[in-house]
Amino acid sequence: MMLRYLHEWGSPPVFYQRAGRWQRVLWTLAALLILAGLWGGLVLAPADYEQGQVYRIIYIHVPAAWVAMFAYVVMAVTGAIGLIWRLKVAEVITSAGARTGASFTILALATGAIWGQPTWGTWWVWDARLTSVLVLLFLYLGFIALENAIEDRRNAARACAILALVGLVNIPIIHFSVYWWNTLHQGPTVARLSAPAIHITMLVPLLLMALGSMLFYAGALLSWGRALMLERERSSRWAAREAGV
Amino acid sequence: MHPQRKRRLYGVLFIVIGVGIATALTMTAFRENLLFFFSPSQIAAGEAPVERTFRAGGLVVEDSVRREQDSTEVSFELTDGAHSVRVFYDGILPDLFREGQGIVAMGQLGQDGVFRASQVLAKHDENYMPPEVAEALKAAGKMPQHEMKQYQTDGYSRENDSDYESGYRQ
Repeated sequence: MMLRYLHEWGSPPVFYQRAGRWQRVLWTLAALLILAGLWGGLVLAPADYEQGQVYRIIYIHVPAAWVAMFAYVVMAVTGAIGLIWRLKVAEVITSAGARTGASFTILALATGAIWGQPTWGTWWVWDARLTSVLVLLFLYLGFIALENAIEDRRNAARACAILALVGLVNIPIIHFSVYWWNTLHQGPTVARLSAPAIHITMLVPLLLMALGSMLFYAGALLSWGRALMLERERSSRWAAREAGV
Repeated sequence: MHPQRKRRLYGVLFIVIGVGIATALTMTAFRENLLFFFSPSQIAAGEAPVERTFRAGGLVVEDSVRREQDSTEVSFELTDGAHSVRVFYDGILPDLFREGQGIVAMGQLGQDGVFRASQVLAKHDENYMPPEVAEALKAAGKMPQHEMKQYQTDGYSRENDSDYESGYRQ
């Protein structure tokens, strides 16, 4: 029963319809969580003892950075599924993942720069954390460029999936960069084995924002995946029916 | 599993493991060269270049900051607990610059052993708390200390003593 449900997701028209329904559910939940998180983070949470009000950018920066990394892992996994089982849906989701992931990486880099200027005294430094996240952005952009460079969709998907898998090595480098090297960027506050080094009143809105961002990302992934699927299947009868032509 | 798919699965695993090992080896080889800053101990040991621009990182020693009247010239001691170096700087310091705080300065080491900085960056830590909580922790003497070991760059110290093993100090 469960297996059959999952199996049906592999069919492009079923994917198109179900993804549309799921996207609405995910975005509704995401909107609620993000509104609650923003209220908690910008209004209820106290100022920081050292940084004052400026620390509040973590409510955007940290979830964006988490999603940027999570999205890459998802992209590599769906890429591998596409490579092994040659599933069209997996190929489309991988390609949608590069676009959503790149957007979140840009958001993380931009908010990081805005935070860096008042606290560190500079917009950008070439330390290991910032540089490895910039490499992440280039991996996403490289994926998109490679995909556009290859005419045949299926060949493009295969080449891009291999690129996604090779780039996977950057994810642990990003996480551990602050431990392995002297960096200007501080160590992890939440994503570590010991207790989070953030007060509970500041932590709860952060987690709400993180969960909301994850759900928003998942909805965006489906939304973009649907558009790409419709484009790829434009000559099929179901696509014509869905597009109403 | 279909033999062809199995073969592709092994192909995928081969790529991931192969690239992982290659990167791990490269990282180990380049580890020393990827330092963002030199610690005062390294400077004292003569590992830092003289009269060439590099970064020095450490904690600003308490009561060591001396400001000139009528100018933005400032000098302070930078320490990693073992050694310290005097830093001269002429310019505007970042908001988070204060005694006991971690900073990274870019500049040159003179023959006289004084570091002349052209840029000073503040390095904040991963602790976030309301001011009242910070006051209470300070009063109880339980304030998390700025991690001295962040600035001690004796090869692979940080990975081994990181929070992953020592735990958050209560």
